[in-house]
Amino acid sequence: MADVVVEQGRLARAASPRKRTSLRNAMGRKSTVAFFLTLPLILLIALLVLYPAFYSVYLATLNKAMTKFVGLSNFTFLFKRETFWMVVRQSCIFAITAVVFKALIGFIVAHFVHNIPGKKQRKWRGMLLVPWVIPPAMSTLAWLWLFDPSYSAFNYTLSFFGIGPIPWLGDTFWARFSVILVNVWYGAPFFLIMYLAALKSVPDQLYEAAAIDGANWWQKIWHITLPMMRNIIAITTLFSLIVTFANFDIVRILTSGGPLDRTHLFATWAFQVGIQSSDIPLGACVSLFMVPILAVAAVFILRDVNKRGNEA
Amino acid sequence: MSRKTLTRRQFVAATAMSSAALITAPYVRGAYAAGKLSIGFWDHWVPGANDASTALVKEWGEKEKVEVSIDYITSNNKKIELTAAAEAQAKSGHDILQMPSWWPHAYSENLEPLNDVMEPLIKQNGEVNGTVKYLGQSGGKWLAVPATPGSQIKGPCSRIDLMKKHAGIDVQEMYPAGSPPKADNWTMETFLKAAEACHKAGFPFGIGLGETTDSVDTAGAIFQSFGAELVNAKGDITVKTDAVRQALEFYKKLIAVLPTDAPSWDDASNNKWLISGRGAMILNPPSAWAVAKRDAPQVAEQCWTHGFPSGPKGRFAPFLPYFWGVWAFGKNKEAAKSLLVHLSSPAAIEKFVAASGGYDLPAYANMTKFKTWAEEGPPKGTLFHYPDPYKQQTMSIAASPAPPKIAQQIYFQATLTKMALRFAQGEKLETALAWAEGECEGFMRT
Repeated sequence: MADVVVEQGRLARAASPRKRTSLRNAMGRKSTVAFFLTLPLILLIALLVLYPAFYSVYLATLNKAMTKFVGLSNFTFLFKRETFWMVVRQSCIFAITAVVFKALIGFIVAHFVHNIPGKKQRKWRGMLLVPWVIPPAMSTLAWLWLFDPSYSAFNYTLSFFGIGPIPWLGDTFWARFSVILVNVWYGAPFFLIMYLAALKSVPDQLYEAAAIDGANWWQKIWHITLPMMRNIIAITTLFSLIVTFANFDIVRILTSGGPLDRTHLFATWAFQVGIQSSDIPLGACVSLFMVPILAVAAVFILRDVNKRGNEA
Repeated sequence: MSRKTLTRRQFVAATAMSSAALITAPYVRGAYAAGKLSIGFWDHWVPGANDASTALVKEWGEKEKVEVSIDYITSNNKKIELTAAAEAQAKSGHDILQMPSWWPHAYSENLEPLNDVMEPLIKQNGEVNGTVKYLGQSGGKWLAVPATPGSQIKGPCSRIDLMKKHAGIDVQEMYPAGSPPKADNWTMETFLKAAEACHKAGFPFGIGLGETTDSVDTAGAIFQSFGAELVNAKGDITVKTDAVRQALEFYKKLIAVLPTDAPSWDDASNNKWLISGRGAMILNPPSAWAVAKRDAPQVAEQCWTHGFPSGPKGRFAPFLPYFWGVWAFGKNKEAAKSLLVHLSSPAAIEKFVAASGGYDLPAYANMTKFKTWAEEGPPKGTLFHYPDPYKQQTMSIAASPAPPKIAQQIYFQATLTKMALRFAQGEKLETALAWAEGECEGFMRT
């Protein structure tokens, strides 16, 4: 059997020397090598990302018992639910507020760290990255204890100043505040490190020239730092927006979506509807709603990146 | 590569010899001749309680020559629910899976009917309560067998000293160890007055208003004691009724004397409330008391578990049973059924109860007077009335008697507590009712 195959191969090679050369050329091309090198990752993404994504689209088109195809009626059902629109609103509030604060804090702290000299800067960088390095499921548990109704360390401290007790997770406003606070705490170091890298790439000569022209610190930031960091800011914001929109662990651990569903996000509500209430198609529908919102955001932010890239 | 050819004669001779050897060889029964069985059990809270399950399964496996493997799955973060969903989707997994209360109905199409197991068990162990039938049966078909491990009543666990001092109620006298309760005056009205008195004294009752099961179960029992149903057994929405209004008015008064952060409580919060010594009562199985015994013995020796107060329509106790289900796609269903019979024998049930320190509750009528409940302490007899030995309460689950697939939505979306909280936080009664009605309409989806 093997002999025959070899024989066929010989015959094939003899018959088409041009094909052989073009195959060798193709294999020799950098792009082909690059493709084969990235193939394992492409396969992994196809298996772990694309397959589940298409499977959830399929699930979203089934009825509750998952026995028949219902087209888009799960989506039209959701459009009529008051809670769904509340979740949409809350997810937007949560993601936008958290990303704005993360970016702001990251930007300010990056400047402070940038101005710390040499060795000390390395220590600070390491320390400030800690929240981002700890798995959020673990660090959020620590926050849960800090907010704990019976033993809240925050309330204990505030009591010395005659403030509180504050129902951190029991009141709608404070619960929203708390989940955003923890998300900002967790995500700000990512912005910090990205902005710090961007700051380091801004040539000092620009600042020196601006100083000679008599620019103050605000003018330097507005006319030099921000334009030079624009692309990094845009990409970081998009990346963080995606991750924050899809957040699950922080809300799930701190409030489970309560009180009165006022802290639910797409992912936590999808889990409640899909897994806890055994309505997997509806849960899939809820989670799929993140896709169009994030797609629109991605188009706007990335289009801007291209434009600015051309300007440069 | 050399290849040795096989002649026709050689082939016939070899086949004949192999067949003869197979036919004449003696049958050797292996250690696991009856096959394999894989089980997913709930991972018990009580340290060492899993050992009873392991020992019972091992004993059965050795007797029946079945190779058994057990996975203990935690219920933290809905791991069991996720496992059930994944196995039902994949049509593959454990042969037996222990599942929480609502799951037999949720996966009824994937479960093997167990009438041939349940009918003899009921004859042997006594009738099961209405909630077990409601959750475990569909159209006369038993979907799963009630499991003793994990099944529980979330009744009041009161502080003897604080209730006596601030509310003037002697819970030990009302529910004496070893004898029937004298609880005629233990009504919702008395309960509310006691809650107000304890709140005034700085020891509020620890009742959650969150979206997890403890909060929902309490709301369920209170609503049922007023005859309040959001959806009736036929599946009709019955939110806008006087009974529901009455229950909400009661809840509003109760919420006013609960801890201010009760809306954020999860299933651990009430336990912590009792153990910290800040509350005069919680509504929970004796797990909080068991932890207090270890961490705060001075609190534990003042705890007394007893019956629920009665309302205008009766005395209801929140009962949350676990079930053992056998997947219809399982590979060794007969062995699975045989094991479930073994695990439901009176001797096995008594072992489960003893190993869990009295936490686990059998669903059968004849199994409520084991010595574990009479002897556990301190104080001795603190668990005597936990299994409702004198059948003074109706075992119930929140959102029943709605058809289970609708009730499951009401339960897990915490519609009862949310509605009560909306009303208590200032929303008009009719607005809160309209909101709940809208939610229930959504739950009718098939």
